[in-house]
Amino acid sequence: MNLTKEKRLEMYSQMLKIRRFEEKVDEFFKANLMWGTCHLCIGEEATAVGAIATLNKDDYITSTHRGHGHCIAKGASLDKMMAELLGKETGYCRGRGGSMHIADVESGNLGANGVVGGGIPIAVGAALSSKMKKDGKVTLCFFGDGASNNGTFHESINLAAVWKLPVVFVVENNLYGMSVPFRKACSAENIADRAKGYSIPGYIVDGNDVEAVFETVNKAVQDARNGKGPSLVECKTYRWKGHSKSDNNVYRTREEIKAWMEKCPIKRYKEKLIAEGIATEEELKQIEDDVEKEIAKAEEFAKNSPEPKVEDVMDGIYA
Amino acid sequence: MAVITYIQALRDGIREEMHRDERVFIMGEDVGLYGGAFKVTKGLLEEFGEERVRDTPISEAAIAGAAVGSALTGMRPVAEIMFSDFMTIAMDQIVNQAAKIRYMFGGKAKVPMVLRAPQGSGTGAAAQHSQTLVALFTHIPGLKVVMPSTPYDVKGLIKAAIRDDNPVIFMEHKLLYHTKGEVPEEEYIVPLGKADVKREGEDITIIAGSIMVPRALEAAEKLERKGIEVEVIDPRSLVPFDTETIIESVIKTGRVIIAEDDCKNAGWGAEVAAKIVESEAFDYLDAPIKRLAGLDTPIPYNPNLERAVVPQVEDIVKAVEEMLG
Repeated sequence: MNLTKEKRLEMYSQMLKIRRFEEKVDEFFKANLMWGTCHLCIGEEATAVGAIATLNKDDYITSTHRGHGHCIAKGASLDKMMAELLGKETGYCRGRGGSMHIADVESGNLGANGVVGGGIPIAVGAALSSKMKKDGKVTLCFFGDGASNNGTFHESINLAAVWKLPVVFVVENNLYGMSVPFRKACSAENIADRAKGYSIPGYIVDGNDVEAVFETVNKAVQDARNGKGPSLVECKTYRWKGHSKSDNNVYRTREEIKAWMEKCPIKRYKEKLIAEGIATEEELKQIEDDVEKEIAKAEEFAKNSPEPKVEDVMDGIYA
Repeated sequence: MAVITYIQALRDGIREEMHRDERVFIMGEDVGLYGGAFKVTKGLLEEFGEERVRDTPISEAAIAGAAVGSALTGMRPVAEIMFSDFMTIAMDQIVNQAAKIRYMFGGKAKVPMVLRAPQGSGTGAAAQHSQTLVALFTHIPGLKVVMPSTPYDVKGLIKAAIRDDNPVIFMEHKLLYHTKGEVPEEEYIVPLGKADVKREGEDITIIAGSIMVPRALEAAEKLERKGIEVEVIDPRSLVPFDTETIIESVIKTGRVIIAEDDCKNAGWGAEVAAKIVESEAFDYLDAPIKRLAGLDTPIPYNPNLERAVVPQVEDIVKAVEEMLG
């Protein structure tokens, strides 16, 4: 596959942006600057970036509670995301949604979702729109291994397959549904094996290899765009942090976490880009510096943004 | 004016909107060739084709969710759930997704969808096919809830619901489907949130919805022969709710009966009663408000039992006479 240097550096930059954004969010939490909860996707950056890099700008995605990465990869403004996390009026949802509901429908981000499996039928509906309007768009539907045991997984994939809709189901299998290991929650060896039951293609990919994710999802996206219907892509990956901020990781060992940290998707990609002579240390350093600046700017913007007004609390219930 | 059935009027309303706006489409179980379990969509497949009249698998969550997703991206789905009872299978998509998306997204998205279903008892279909669940949906901010009682209203309201930019729960009553009424040839809309005074009277106000409207009107006729003038008001939509028309009537009559065919406990009638007592109409009440609602029981199968658990014409007559003492 011929990924241009520009595309590769863009993917590197996006992964780094997600990593640094999530680290900043973690820092905010520890400093009690954030309210509620949130779910970090550190360790899973390659999945979001590799998958979304296959899309056109106006294609759709649906995301999950662990959705900051998808949102950034879809091109969201870090300023508005950070402001949302701090509950500010300038955030994507004017401080009404928070971490689990960031959306930007105009740019094709149909939203994170607080309900596991809740976004899957919505993705099918977006793809139905595209089919009926013949607008040529594809919907990428992200969900986790946990959601694959929800009824919506079955109903939605079946419906999309029957109607041959332009949607690609991307399951991020990070091996745990909160504390319960995948092996104890799923009777299939691989989630992708379930694709057979719907007579659609199922793929398994190393979710920590951004180019492998790109290549596989790209094929599925092209098929969807060409009227061949949906596919199911399982990205095997791992979250380094707990399920949410209150998780003390009692269900897995330090050794296991450490072993996965050694498979860091960002470090791996950096080494590859240098080893293959695609980019120099200096070029990557420049990207890292730019990301730092963008994160700092987002932090500044969010912290200096106004709170929403209590008198506006009823805004936006009805159109 | 033509006299047509509730089903015909409803179908005509949907058909007109499909002609007017190509974004409007139908999906649901058996809505195509079969024409829907109650034949509401009969003939629409032939008229509009398979792309716009979509038979779905028996997957209520996917039907509701696909409606949400397509509405969010510019279509205007009219999804049929075969019985309103089955909306409970799609509750996450209705309550957590459709109703909340606009608010959660900071008012920057809209979900213009209609989820229509038949509700109510009286057909011997027992507990899982006979419920009236409007109160559940009325409780959820972000949803609109409509329950038309006449052919005129059902046509005008379905058109308003389809044009509305919010998720609308549209509850039809099985026993109303074959009732007839006058419907104009020319186009009209009945706005959501506007109650209708179905009959004017000075002595007592009956606020009735859905199937209770014809029952209240029949009771009113019987009572008229005894010299009692009953005013019958149909709110037509529970969200938005036309409090004003009701308050005006209560101020005029000073006596209120609320007639609903769902369970009494936390039914929509309780909310209407509360709205009245919280308003200036409270001072005009000459008697306590009476709620005439279904018993707090699942709907039984046996026809005598089934009839006994929801208010009938004679129950309304009796309640009025008791209140007027």
